[in-house]
Amino acid sequence: MELTRRNAILMGAGAVLIAGVPLKVAAAAGADEIAAFTGGAEIGAGDIKLIAPEIAENGNTVPIEVSSDTAVEILVLALGNPTPPVATFKFGKLSASRAASTRIRLAGTQEVVAIAKLADGSFVQDTSTVKVTIGGCGG
Amino acid sequence: MAKGVKPRVKVPKTAAAGDTITIKTLISHKMESGQRKDDDGNVIPRSIINRFTCDFNGENVIDVVLEPAISTNPYLEFEAVVPEAGEFVFTWYDDDGSVYDTSKKIAIE
Repeated sequence: MELTRRNAILMGAGAVLIAGVPLKVAAAAGADEIAAFTGGAEIGAGDIKLIAPEIAENGNTVPIEVSSDTAVEILVLALGNPTPPVATFKFGKLSASRAASTRIRLAGTQEVVAIAKLADGSFVQDTSTVKVTIGGCGG
Repeated sequence: MAKGVKPRVKVPKTAAAGDTITIKTLISHKMESGQRKDDDGNVIPRSIINRFTCDFNGENVIDVVLEPAISTNPYLEFEAVVPEAGEFVFTWYDDDGSVYDTSKKIAIE
C-alpha cells in the first residue's frame, strides 16, 4: 500500500480506535483490595495527589509519584492489571514528606488509583488515566 | 537467592540537623511477575522483592509493600528527616526468603 496522506490519516484513526477499546473493561477490578484497605469506609477526595504520565510509551516502566500532607499510608492500584495492587507506602516517624515515587508496570491503557489513609482515619483518593502504547506484562 | 542482586542507594554525606534529605534507592532485580510464559508456554513462577524498609538509627522512615506491578529493578525515591548523625539502613525482602541490606552513614555539618 502506498503511504499517501489519505492512508496515513486512516491508519491514525484506526490506531486511536484500537487504543481506546481497552478502556472501561475492568471497572470493578480492585474492589476487594480497596475494601480490605479502607475497611469499607467512605472514600472522599482531597489531600492526595497522584502524578502519572498521560501517555506512557512503554508499560514496563511508568514513573509515578504519590504525595499527600497528612497521609499515614498510601495504597496504589492499577485497575487494569491482572493483579491490581501495585504498592503500599507506610510512612514512619522520620519521613519528611508523605511522598514517594517509583516505577510501575501497566498491562495497558487504564486508570491508576492512589488511596490515602489520613492521620484522622479518613480515606481520600485520586485517579489518573494512563495511555499505554506497549503493555508491560509480557503477554 | 536471585542472581546479580545489587542494591544502590544515594544519600547525601552530610546534612544539617533537622534537615530534609531526598533518598533514592534502586536494587537490580528482575521482579518476575508470575504472568509471563516461557517458550514452552509454562508460566514462569513469581519471584519479586515484596517489601522494602528504610530505618534511621532504629527509627522507621518508610515501609513499602511491593507487588508484581513494580518494574524490574525497583526504584524508590522518598524524603527523610535527619535529626542527628547516624546511619540509614535499607532492607529489601525477596520472595525466596533472601534479605538484602545496605547502610549509609550521614554526618551533621
